[in-house]
Amino acid sequence: MENNKYSLFDIIGVRYQDILNIPELAIGEGVTTFFGPSGSGKTSILKLLNRLISPTSGQIFYKGTALEHTDPIDHRRKVVMLSQNPVMFEGSIKDNLNTSFRFRKHLVPEDKTLSDVLENVGLDKDLGFLVDKLSGGEKQRLALARVILLKPEVYLLDEPSSALDDNSADVIIETLYQRVRSESKSMIMVTHSKSIAQKYSNNIINVAGGKIISRGFSDE
Amino acid sequence: MNSIIELTFWQIAAAYLFVVITLIIVKSRGINRDKELVLSTVRMTLQLVIASYALVYILDNPNPFITIGVVILMTAFAIYTIVRKFKGMMTNKLAKVITLSMAFGAGGCLIYLIFIVIGVKPWYNPQYFIPIAGMIIGNSMTGVSLAVKNLLEAMASRKHVVEEALILGATPREASARIINQSFDSAIMPTINSMLGMGIIFLPGMMTGQILAGVSPTTAIAYQIGIMLGILGSVALSVIIILQLGYKTFFNEEAQLL
Repeated sequence: MENNKYSLFDIIGVRYQDILNIPELAIGEGVTTFFGPSGSGKTSILKLLNRLISPTSGQIFYKGTALEHTDPIDHRRKVVMLSQNPVMFEGSIKDNLNTSFRFRKHLVPEDKTLSDVLENVGLDKDLGFLVDKLSGGEKQRLALARVILLKPEVYLLDEPSSALDDNSADVIIETLYQRVRSESKSMIMVTHSKSIAQKYSNNIINVAGGKIISRGFSDE
Repeated sequence: MNSIIELTFWQIAAAYLFVVITLIIVKSRGINRDKELVLSTVRMTLQLVIASYALVYILDNPNPFITIGVVILMTAFAIYTIVRKFKGMMTNKLAKVITLSMAFGAGGCLIYLIFIVIGVKPWYNPQYFIPIAGMIIGNSMTGVSLAVKNLLEAMASRKHVVEEALILGATPREASARIINQSFDSAIMPTINSMLGMGIIFLPGMMTGQILAGVSPTTAIAYQIGIMLGILGSVALSVIIILQLGYKTFFNEEAQLL
């Protein structure tokens, strides 16, 4: 691919098992939403973009470079995914926030920075609070804080509304959305909620049965 | 020292009373283990009888090739036992890693014990080499078996934790670190526990055997300490090799879980 013509992601002739079949798709910068019913292959798209899985055939390019020519760990550190049901690591809130920095061999942030991010995502707990005692919504907020601290280039957000109450889902999407806008980052999310798709996205891609069926813009 | 009491056929036969007692217990409790109990008793008896005749020949005819051959056979059987135990969950890659861990972990410690600690002369003397190899290989087999069991179970039950770490940019090594450490701990604990109880709660087999054979307890203890430390080393080494290489078999080249 020529570097001056690339999108954020270019998907070319990608198949993943019998779940996905995408002949061609370009994903630009900003906020993109894959919208479609449960089981339509949306989460598999995010996992492919995060390189947690690889296509059975075809190629995916990130900023013009084929993913198979990049280091998978480096890529995942740039394109971070927030799972639908994020898993907490054993220990405290602080342990969880610092874990990803230890993976990167980076110095862990100061407590003030960690507390600020917790406040930002609306999680009113001490850093020493054990994660086992958090509710589902609180865990999701902590997972969001964990991702925000990493300052990735692209946020991948998986069905933020499915496992959460409306308030938690709103906080998570709104927080990320504001960050993406203020820091000129990109966000790609999947959802089956039409209102979320329309409210936040500048690019909606409709998915059904593992195929892209249409593209529509919320401001159209 | 008194000379050893030779056991007659009827004296050995009397010991089988314990098998009968165990059979009565499992039968009366309705525990379905009677067939395995009989089979294991028959196999144990036959294997030991055959081994005794083989050892008589080997000890009477010391030969480096025979000694090495016997040790390779013992190691191969230990590897086969581990691989067969986890049949169904075992991959070819993991089986290769088990072979490596046994060869380098148990093999390395055995060579060190024979050449450096005990200084056996000639080095292939089967009177020393084979029983020591048996203890080292047997204990390494138990350690590796425990490590493989923990690794397989944890990689299945904690798959979501490993995957979450990968999503956040962890390398496969980082994502598996806790599983590796916990598996190492579980695999090495029986050896550490047996060292704690040794000499107080029980007298180890080799030492008991030497004392029964008329060797001075102080000499028997010196050997036991050397062998026990060798066992600790071989278990630790073979377990860390299986875990450090074994976790990689759960990932592909793209750092994805298989």
